Amino acid sequence: MKLFAELLDRLAYTLSRNDKLSLLAEYFARTPDPDRGYALAALTDGLFFRLPLRRILTELIASRVDPVLFDLSRDYVGDTAETIALIWPGAGKAAKAPRLAAVVETLQSALAMEVPGLLASWLDQLDATERWALLKLMTGALRVGVSGRLAKTALAQWSEAPLSEIEEVWHCVEPPYGELFAWLSGASPRPEIGTRATFRPLMLSHQIEDRELQAIVPEDFVAEWKWDGIRVQAAHQGGEKRLFSRTGDDISGAFPDVVEAIPEGVVLDGELLVLRDGEVAPFNDLQQRLNRKSVTGAMLKSHPAHIRLYDMLFASGEDFRPLPFIERRARLEAWHQAHSPARTDISGVIDFASIEELQALWADARATGIEGLMLKRRDSPYIAGRPKGHWYKWKRAPLTLDAVLMYAQRGSGKRSSYYSDYTFGAWRDGETGGPELVPVGKSYFGFTDEELRELDRWVRNHTVDSFGPVRQVEPKLVFEVAFDSVHRSGRHKSGVAMRFPRIHRIRWDKPAEEADRLETLKAMIVE
Amino acid sequence: MRPDRFDTWLTVDRKGLYCRPGGFHIDPYGGAKRAVVTHGHSDHARPGHDHVLATPETLAVMHTRLGTAACLGTQALAYGETISIGEVSVTLFPAGHVLGSAQVLIEWKGARAVVSGDYKRSADPTCAAFELVPCHLFVTEATFALPVFQHGDARDEVAKLIKSRERFPERAHVVGAYGLGKTQRVIALLRAAGYERPIYIHGALAECCALYESFSVRLGELKPATGASRDELKGQIVLAPPSAIADRWSRRLPDPVTAFASGWMRVRARARQQGVELPLVISDHADWRELTDTIAETGAEEVWVTHGREDALLHHIETTGRRGRALALIGREDEDQ
Repeated sequence: MKLFAELLDRLAYTLSRNDKLSLLAEYFARTPDPDRGYALAALTDGLFFRLPLRRILTELIASRVDPVLFDLSRDYVGDTAETIALIWPGAGKAAKAPRLAAVVETLQSALAMEVPGLLASWLDQLDATERWALLKLMTGALRVGVSGRLAKTALAQWSEAPLSEIEEVWHCVEPPYGELFAWLSGASPRPEIGTRATFRPLMLSHQIEDRELQAIVPEDFVAEWKWDGIRVQAAHQGGEKRLFSRTGDDISGAFPDVVEAIPEGVVLDGELLVLRDGEVAPFNDLQQRLNRKSVTGAMLKSHPAHIRLYDMLFASGEDFRPLPFIERRARLEAWHQAHSPARTDISGVIDFASIEELQALWADARATGIEGLMLKRRDSPYIAGRPKGHWYKWKRAPLTLDAVLMYAQRGSGKRSSYYSDYTFGAWRDGETGGPELVPVGKSYFGFTDEELRELDRWVRNHTVDSFGPVRQVEPKLVFEVAFDSVHRSGRHKSGVAMRFPRIHRIRWDKPAEEADRLETLKAMIVE
Repeated sequence: MRPDRFDTWLTVDRKGLYCRPGGFHIDPYGGAKRAVVTHGHSDHARPGHDHVLATPETLAVMHTRLGTAACLGTQALAYGETISIGEVSVTLFPAGHVLGSAQVLIEWKGARAVVSGDYKRSADPTCAAFELVPCHLFVTEATFALPVFQHGDARDEVAKLIKSRERFPERAHVVGAYGLGKTQRVIALLRAAGYERPIYIHGALAECCALYESFSVRLGELKPATGASRDELKGQIVLAPPSAIADRWSRRLPDPVTAFASGWMRVRARARQQGVELPLVISDHADWRELTDTIAETGAEEVWVTHGREDALLHHIETTGRRGRALALIGREDEDQ
């Protein structure tokens, strides 16, 4: 438990991605099996203990600690697991503290009635940091800022195996990942993927640059609309059906409707959307269904999910990835026509004869659900990663608004001495009739380091009030904010929420009174 | 006034805690006629009194920090010496908090009251160790009076700092530490752990370090951090006031690892709020166990609780069969000095 606790503790305080990677790589290098495998599972949400943990903890703590003192402590600390870890009596200097693997395996096989006793004896043997790690492990939510993707990247860094290969075997191996570590440490060959429904690393695109656009030969490329959903891979192989996000996370639980509809024997690539009567709903609607472990029946009805397909990686056991795009595309169309599976359709191909024609299409791309254009080489095989020269995305021009800086907040990590997170507002009529600003968004990027220094200085010199790390500033500085779209939102005072806002330009020259009004922003909402 | 009824002769007025038969305040707000000051931190040693009684070290601290505004007249009283003031006798005992920190024993007609000021029981190479003073009334601090506060061995925390420095030899380590007490303790602990490189300090810390040196607390080689080049600061340990560690001042440092030496670092949210990457749980205040043990060991039947989390400590005092009372001294919430 000691190494695992140390790892979590360090990760919780480490902000830099590179430092997190090196902490993880170091942990994988110095920790034996199967402990490191269980740690990996915990970090990638692969361990679930079906325990009424809240009740167990409440009863346990009442038997050891005065309830008044516990409640006062809990109020101060703000986190139950941490409070228990800190307050648990005993120094935890046991000669033989339990190993992570022993804890996990014991919990997996324990009867519910045995858990409180086990937990109490472990807490007695561990020190405060280890107790905290144990309780975090049991709650299933570590919250130390490590995504599944980051953990896999660390595995790649430590073992020098390509990340794409690790992603490909990931869904074929299970905690405590003995096979995986044996392969990564060179002791055995790569685990067999066979015909299982596992994630195949995606082929990704580049944002097209002007000179690349000018060099496009229309005969070599096809265009598609770039849909405003999330990229997914749907697989149904060896009797397993799964839906993966672009980083290989299994998101099947949140989308049983589309998972149900995946026909046998295929691996498909497409865009996950919410679709009503054939119309793509705003991204916001899809957002409602993301990041959930499960979904309600009402949600399935009101926010029906759908995949708009654009590629096919496997069918009937055959790997299409070496084939040219146009060939895969033809097979996808033929297959779709033959099976017409529910909750799917095919993203149309747009023919174009010249760059000018393409530009006209792009300039018109403002309909709901369209983010821009995709350009794909006709002869590209399906290559994992982001190969150059094959697929391009061409995002439509962003919307912009002139907004007034209202609040600035300190950043984190390297930016902790700078006021680098900006909340900006638009004008509306206040209750007394005069104009007032209402916050419409927040952004912390889009500017250069030099501009950040200037903004930081400006904020410090124009502060009218401060609340902890936040400063309220005089409403005098105008930002030209760029954003992808804007939606209605009940959670924001302004009633609107911007998607992906960034500071496009700092308008040092523009008087704040001339900044835009909230009505202007509302007019950009596409229903 | 009755000796066995402490609240008849130790009262609280606008200036703070007042001893009526002695005619003096303890750690009062500015402008008292006669003040007994437990130690030099600014929430205890305030300027503008007519007359101050304190240990020679505390008087020196007040002189350094407050200059001539400190007070009109002063009187030094060494640890263990007793003097009479009015009808009472007063003795100062080491509190183990910072250099010169004292508990005040007040004896009146056989009744013994001890005002602890701030104190700790754990070892500190930079000041005299806490002495237990048996008494009938104990007036205690309560800064860390929650059972979640259990401070470990400060040497382990300093070992963490040294280890982190070895791990990141290209980065500076900036340690937030209060100027009086914590700074010198961290430096002394580093020296005791065998760390012999120069230690870089923020300008605001220099005066107090020099003062400690003048009382024979050895701190080794200290260099000003301001003015040192980025290259020179690579791999170095830099001490700065907490307000400077994440502010503009720290931009001069090469990719700093931000550490903070404080008892509050025991709680993750507190460390994260301040952007701390390397929390060092080093406290100059008693933790929960030291507070509760000390209360029991003094033998006091009555305990008054001053600043901090008095509700938890009062609850504990009552459950152990003592009389407890919260002294509403304002302005001392949440300080770690």
